[in-house]
Amino acid sequence: MNQTLTPNKTSLLHRIHIDGWLLLGLLALMSVGLITLYSASGQDQGQMFRQLIRLGISFVAMFVVAQIPTGAYRRLSPYAYVTGLLMLIAVLFFGDMGKGAQRWLDLGVVRFQPSELMKLAVPMMVAWYISKYTLPPTTINVVIGFVLVAIPTVLIARQPDLGTSLLIASSGIFAIFLAGMRWRLIGVLAILGGAFLPIMWFFLMKDYQKQRVLTFMNPESDPLGAGYHIIQSKIAIGSGGMDGKGWLQGTQSQLEFLPERHTDFIFSVFSEEFGLRGVIVLLIIYLCIILRGLIIASRAQDAYSRLLAGSITLTFFVYVFVNMGMVSGILPVVGVPLPLVSYGGTSMVTLMAGFGVLMSIATQARLMSR
Amino acid sequence: MQRKRQAIRDHAAESNLFARRATIAFIIVVVVLGGVLRNLYSLQIEQFEDYQTRSNGNRIKVLPVAPNRGLIYDRNGVLLAENKPVFSLEIIPEEVDDLDAMLLELQQLIGITQEEIEDFHDSLKRQRRFKPVSLRTQLSEEDVARFSANKHLYGGARIEARLARHYPYGDALTHLLGYVARINKKDLQKIVEAGQEANYAASHYIGKLGIEKYHEEILHGSVGYQQVEVNNQGRIIRVLDVTPPVPGRDIVLNIDIELQLESQRILNQTRGAIVLSDTRTGGVLAMYSNPSYDPNLFVHGISRKNYAELLNSPDRPLINRATQGQYPPASTVKPHLGLLGLEEGIISVDDTISDRGRYQLPNVSHVWRDWKKIGHGEVNVAKAIEVSCDTFYYDLAYNLGIDKISDAMYAFGFGDYTGIDLYEESDANMPSRGWKRARFNQPWYVGDTIPVGIGQSYWTTTPIQLNHTINTLINRGERYIPQIIRGYRESDGSTSLIPLKTLQPVVINNPENLDIVLNAMHDVVSGSEGTARNAFAGSHYDSAGKTGTAQLVAVAQGEDYDAEKIDERHRDNAMYVGYAPFRNPEISVTVVLENVGGGSSNAAPVARQILDFYFKDRDQVYPVEGAIE
Repeated sequence: MNQTLTPNKTSLLHRIHIDGWLLLGLLALMSVGLITLYSASGQDQGQMFRQLIRLGISFVAMFVVAQIPTGAYRRLSPYAYVTGLLMLIAVLFFGDMGKGAQRWLDLGVVRFQPSELMKLAVPMMVAWYISKYTLPPTTINVVIGFVLVAIPTVLIARQPDLGTSLLIASSGIFAIFLAGMRWRLIGVLAILGGAFLPIMWFFLMKDYQKQRVLTFMNPESDPLGAGYHIIQSKIAIGSGGMDGKGWLQGTQSQLEFLPERHTDFIFSVFSEEFGLRGVIVLLIIYLCIILRGLIIASRAQDAYSRLLAGSITLTFFVYVFVNMGMVSGILPVVGVPLPLVSYGGTSMVTLMAGFGVLMSIATQARLMSR
Repeated sequence: MQRKRQAIRDHAAESNLFARRATIAFIIVVVVLGGVLRNLYSLQIEQFEDYQTRSNGNRIKVLPVAPNRGLIYDRNGVLLAENKPVFSLEIIPEEVDDLDAMLLELQQLIGITQEEIEDFHDSLKRQRRFKPVSLRTQLSEEDVARFSANKHLYGGARIEARLARHYPYGDALTHLLGYVARINKKDLQKIVEAGQEANYAASHYIGKLGIEKYHEEILHGSVGYQQVEVNNQGRIIRVLDVTPPVPGRDIVLNIDIELQLESQRILNQTRGAIVLSDTRTGGVLAMYSNPSYDPNLFVHGISRKNYAELLNSPDRPLINRATQGQYPPASTVKPHLGLLGLEEGIISVDDTISDRGRYQLPNVSHVWRDWKKIGHGEVNVAKAIEVSCDTFYYDLAYNLGIDKISDAMYAFGFGDYTGIDLYEESDANMPSRGWKRARFNQPWYVGDTIPVGIGQSYWTTTPIQLNHTINTLINRGERYIPQIIRGYRESDGSTSLIPLKTLQPVVINNPENLDIVLNAMHDVVSGSEGTARNAFAGSHYDSAGKTGTAQLVAVAQGEDYDAEKIDERHRDNAMYVGYAPFRNPEISVTVVLENVGGGSSNAAPVARQILDFYFKDRDQVYPVEGAIE
């Protein structure tokens, strides 16, 4: 990029390809996350330290990704997608087992989840493919787009990792939707999707997944078994009330009634300790980040950037919705973390890399505009 | 071609299309997150109280705390039942670094056996790691001392003291005090039926017999509570609130432990019972049934073998002979019957019969014999009591008829529960026409009536019942329920008395009739021919009484009773009822000795011994004063 093209008023942040508003939102979110994690981990210094390291790595990832111009991503898209697909197939045959699911690929030095790569590769690929043609996309392009989404989705669902496959499917579908897929086609697909549900239930879902869904329908039917998590989570959230029990004062979490409280169920800890007031603040932070993401997408110069930025933003929303929905009992427990708040490594790096892409789009676009 | 297509792309239109779609997407995001928020509002605001309750239900557990059992004292403040600390060695598994090494060391220190270690490992599996598991439940004082000295070497092991019931006087009071033992299934059922589950939630012991059972409610106390916060494992994090238990009340008995021990000492190896009571209140001063057994065995669970031994012993130690033993009253009821004859006007004090040692009904060949083969000669009602003439009473019974006898004796308390504060009481039997019909489906024959005159036939009584009827005579018809409990012990050591309980009195129309009978009982002890005169010769107090010798097997017509010829268990029971001092009665005594022979030569001396002991500290308190005028 040519420095001389940059307007004088461009801030320092802009020059290093960082979007100030987005950064503010992310920092606010991470602060809330760290405060909650300190309580949820039972004031475990070790966990806090590891989470800080991860956050650091994630920021570095975001920063690095933000420096790469958008055009490079576009050119990279098909290669990333194909590589990811091959890795997923490799996982199917050579992958490591962990918690009853085959998700990891051992590359000798590091263990790696190809599905994380696909979280970015799928929207990139769909955006790349669809934006090659004029928009709105033709029916045939929409169908091809769906195929591009379906292949990795099914592969990941079979690992089985329902949460990630859901996120990947949504990221691709959002790209197609934002590209301007016709409403009539949306209606037809909704009907087809409805018809697909029973097929999924009988042929694709594993027993433990079915059990989760059944438990979700009626958690009280198995209060000590599968329903325990949901019931305890709802008790934690409900007993938080308007003002919450106070930081470090959540009895459900501190006395360990709440399972997975520092990972998937961290929102329950937050709700218990900070109450509905805290929840509203957290939702506003999320909403601001999403809004900023969509604004960045709308201001992007080319269709590829718009679709990719929009898709990444909306997928971020899916994280939020699915996690909050599952811990509060309106969605089945599918194992989606609360983005940037839950304790955990890989997904955080992927998410921040995604925001890096957003920042690249935000800052590179303006450089090219005028 | 690609370039060409892109060249004709309408970028503004595409940008607008995206903006529209992004706006729609954002609206959907807001709506969906609004839905999430709506659901959270429902959980946190609308259902807040429900979830708050459930959250507290998760973390707050209410632990019951058992009350300390009330103590039992005798009338002089001597402790009869106490709560003694019992020490057990407990180990909290998670606090021990090397469990096996510690067990090995403890094995050497206080001789933990392999069996105990196996039991320990068994219960270890069933327990959470942070809950104490007991290694040995009853440590000796030596074990406690040894362990305490080396306590610092055994982190995670500790000595826990618990209170357990202990009866310092052992078998001297078993039938009376009873004992507590572990609550079993049957007890639990009764507790539930009584709606007392909550009160017994932390209790391990319950009164199983005697006073411990009868006064369970007083002695047990009320459960206390500890409100604690627990985590998901059930580990107690902190105590939130404590409601202390209300200990059971300490009670004071009418029993005088010295008299009780003396009764035990006197009975020694003889099967039988001694009852001593305060004639003025009915309060039971001593009540001993022989043989007895150690109640402490039951507190910690008696072994099967020991229990079988008690259960199968031919001496039947488990029976409380004083309240459950059913004995023919024999001649001890002659005063009651004499009074009835006088009251009914069937006889007067001047009426005499000429006793030739045998009694026959007109036109009946059966002969009822007097214990004195040649008879007592000319006797009236009083003399017949003094010398215990049978013939006079055969005739009296015949003249009274079974109906009058039965009704009147029932009014005295024969054949009925005295209401003593023990569940182990028999009502014995006062025979009547109706009873015989119900029992044997047979009519009452005149021949059945004759032996009733000397307290035989189907007539049985218990020592406490007999004692109660003598008190009734002394109290001129007033009837006090024999109570073992005297009152409650207050914190300053004083006793607040429990009011006396009375029964329907016996109506005596002519007090002179009663005096005749009581004087006759006095003559039994002090008269020239009194059956107890030898036994009481030279006593420094003036007493009255009546002997009795109960036949257990019918002696065939024309044969003599010969103790040598009969099986030991079928020999006569010796009976004695008495009271002292004669003019100002304080104490009444009932003695029943099984299969020892005559009352005059066996039971009366026992009564003498115990009364001597009672009056031992008073010299010539009530000198012989002669008959009531």
